[in-house]
Amino acid sequence: MEHITLLIGIVIVTALVFDFTNGFHDTANAMATTISTGALKPKVAVAMSAVLNLVGAFLSVEVAKTISGGIIDESAGIRPEVIFAGLIGAIVWNLLTWLAGLPSSSSHALFGGLIGATIVSVGFDAVNADKVVMKVLIPAVAAPIVAGIAATVATRLTYRLAKGRDEKETAKGYRAGQIASAALVSLAHGTNDAQKTMGVITLALVTGGVVAPHSDPPLWVIVSAGVAIALGTYLGGWRIIRTLGKGITDIQPPQGFAAQTGAATVILASSHIGFALSTTQVCSGSIMGAGLGRKGGVVRWSTAGRMAIAWCLTLPAAGLVAGGAAFLADQGTWGVTAVAVLGLAVSGAIYAASRRKPVTHDSLDETDAAAAEPVGVVTAALQAVAPPPAGPLSPEAGRTPAAAAS
Amino acid sequence: MHIDWAALGQVFGVSLVVTVGLVGIFTLGIVGTSSPSAGGAKASVLARTGAYACYALCAAAVGYGIFLIVG
Repeated sequence: MEHITLLIGIVIVTALVFDFTNGFHDTANAMATTISTGALKPKVAVAMSAVLNLVGAFLSVEVAKTISGGIIDESAGIRPEVIFAGLIGAIVWNLLTWLAGLPSSSSHALFGGLIGATIVSVGFDAVNADKVVMKVLIPAVAAPIVAGIAATVATRLTYRLAKGRDEKETAKGYRAGQIASAALVSLAHGTNDAQKTMGVITLALVTGGVVAPHSDPPLWVIVSAGVAIALGTYLGGWRIIRTLGKGITDIQPPQGFAAQTGAATVILASSHIGFALSTTQVCSGSIMGAGLGRKGGVVRWSTAGRMAIAWCLTLPAAGLVAGGAAFLADQGTWGVTAVAVLGLAVSGAIYAASRRKPVTHDSLDETDAAAAEPVGVVTAALQAVAPPPAGPLSPEAGRTPAAAAS
Repeated sequence: MHIDWAALGQVFGVSLVVTVGLVGIFTLGIVGTSSPSAGGAKASVLARTGAYACYALCAAAVGYGIFLIVG
């Protein structure tokens, strides 16, 4: 019993760490364009987003009873070790993409991690391939298209309607409107993503027999998950904010408003109709759409392409890391310890690599550096994790920690 | 494998209509309260009233959004 309690403690801490990375990874979704149009100052924007994330965590009591939405069969012997390994995979991928300044879906990283760990630990049978296609692959393709088209049309319309008006006056209006849309995105994010962590922790508690199956998460779980995601959000993922706010396209106030309103609408409409689309992909798509909608607007397809590659790799990469971690964790107590130590080491290495070229709210404007930088950072990160020469960057990213783990 | 195309199409349709509608209405509000860039006269009372009605519609939409998040 002693052992199980300790293991569950580790799972809870890991889940909160994931929640934290989720927070700073996804700040950009709500706030990147809000910051780049000047609607809110960087620090004010992340503070507002953090508060709304925290509020969002408490808003809904409809708990994600299944952490994975049926993607894995959670009754088929999912033990705390599997959850732990899945979380490690998701955290490592979140940190790597953050280092590269690429917005990728934290939920997909979590799904990928859980799938990988489940395959290694339980087998292919416990993974629901249909659900993977329905809940991950199709939404990932559909989200940027839906949001992109909506934002393009909306941007065209708003430029046409406001033609011949004093730009300074209209900019004020657009900025105010954008703050409202960004607030909605933050609120929705807090409700959805903080609940995912609550679901993970509750599942760990259930498997350890601490709480009864199908029970609501205890209050301390809700509070700690909300606080973790809010802290992460307040820290601000400035690298990703820079990519989304300036890297893809140059955002003017009307575009920022159209993009953010489109993102908020698509997120709410999709989750309400029951075809949930990933927040990250919706926001990225709507920003690209807004870039296309303005006359003379330029979308930097190289940056967009890098993002698309990261999206494709999220599931398999997080799965590979988690699979390796699950293999180790299955070996017993020393295996779990080894995974924890390796996870900390990799995170530390990524953090160290990020310090070489730190991005803060003060250095958001250095766009020229941004264009060339991300690839270099990834390379640096890989070299920090393992020496082999940098090939095609991202498969390497998935393989390295897994290889180190097995 | 069953792919729910109807739901996807619905998401697309609703998103497009609501986004374009909201952005359009809000822009009308902005147009109603701002002055032409050529430095012409300030907006008339009628234009202002219409503009505030537009803003009110948008505020209602935000309220509905919060309702969806909570519910």
